[in-house]
Amino acid sequence: MPTQTILDQEITFDDEGFMTDHTQWSPELAHELAKANGIDALNDRHFLVLDYMRKTFIETGSGPTIRRLTKQSGVPTKELYALFPGAPAKKAALIAGIKKPVGCI
Amino acid sequence: MKPSAIKKVSIVVSKGSLDGVYPGLIMANGARMEGIEANLFFTFFGLYSVLKDYQDKIRIATVGNPAMRVPTAKGFPLPTLLGALPGMSAFATKMMMKEMDNLDIPPVGEFIEMISDAGGKLYACKATVDMFHLESSDFVEQVDSIITVGDFYDMSAGGEIIFT
Repeated sequence: MPTQTILDQEITFDDEGFMTDHTQWSPELAHELAKANGIDALNDRHFLVLDYMRKTFIETGSGPTIRRLTKQSGVPTKELYALFPGAPAKKAALIAGIKKPVGCI
Repeated sequence: MKPSAIKKVSIVVSKGSLDGVYPGLIMANGARMEGIEANLFFTFFGLYSVLKDYQDKIRIATVGNPAMRVPTAKGFPLPTLLGALPGMSAFATKMMMKEMDNLDIPPVGEFIEMISDAGGKLYACKATVDMFHLESSDFVEQVDSIITVGDFYDMSAGGEIIFT
């Protein structure tokens, strides 16, 4: 498994770049992960999404669907796609330090 | 060499049953989730997915569907005569929608909104609109425009076309 030293911390990733241990995550680390994934700065709205994703992951073992994410986090679909351009669920999972989302919705 | 990634899909939804509509919507939404450009083209009975007042009345066919089993997917085949009883289609639809809701698959109206908000583009087929005597005001606001098959090929250029 690839490891990388970020902010003096040894972080392990899977082959697709998702963190394998979510307990290594911190908001400071999120900023670094965001930069590596093409997002220059994270704001409060990004963190609203990241926090909800982490909460769901810790509770259920997998990230939320986009539908649940938008309904429960209060960040609507349009904004979600603007905050995490390209593939929002994947990108948000990468930055939230959780596993790749499974599911088709 | 790794094959190049799909960048754009144009999906034709031509059927108006629940199982005719959902696969196209799931594929379009899934494309947007992966950052793939998505166009949806509704034609023939598929148009009902974007018709105001009708889009959330889409049902599953309980007659003429030899794969239909009850009460679960591994149950016994539903006899045609039972499937034809009044209310059977509505009942089967309700059961299936419940299962879909558990998986966070939204009702058609909400799904169309979600795809549109995600940046998917939706179009209605001109030939069917004329044939069914419909006009643009009959469609939900997410429908971008009524287009010809020629327009459809134009906007599908450089991408994959999927017919459902």
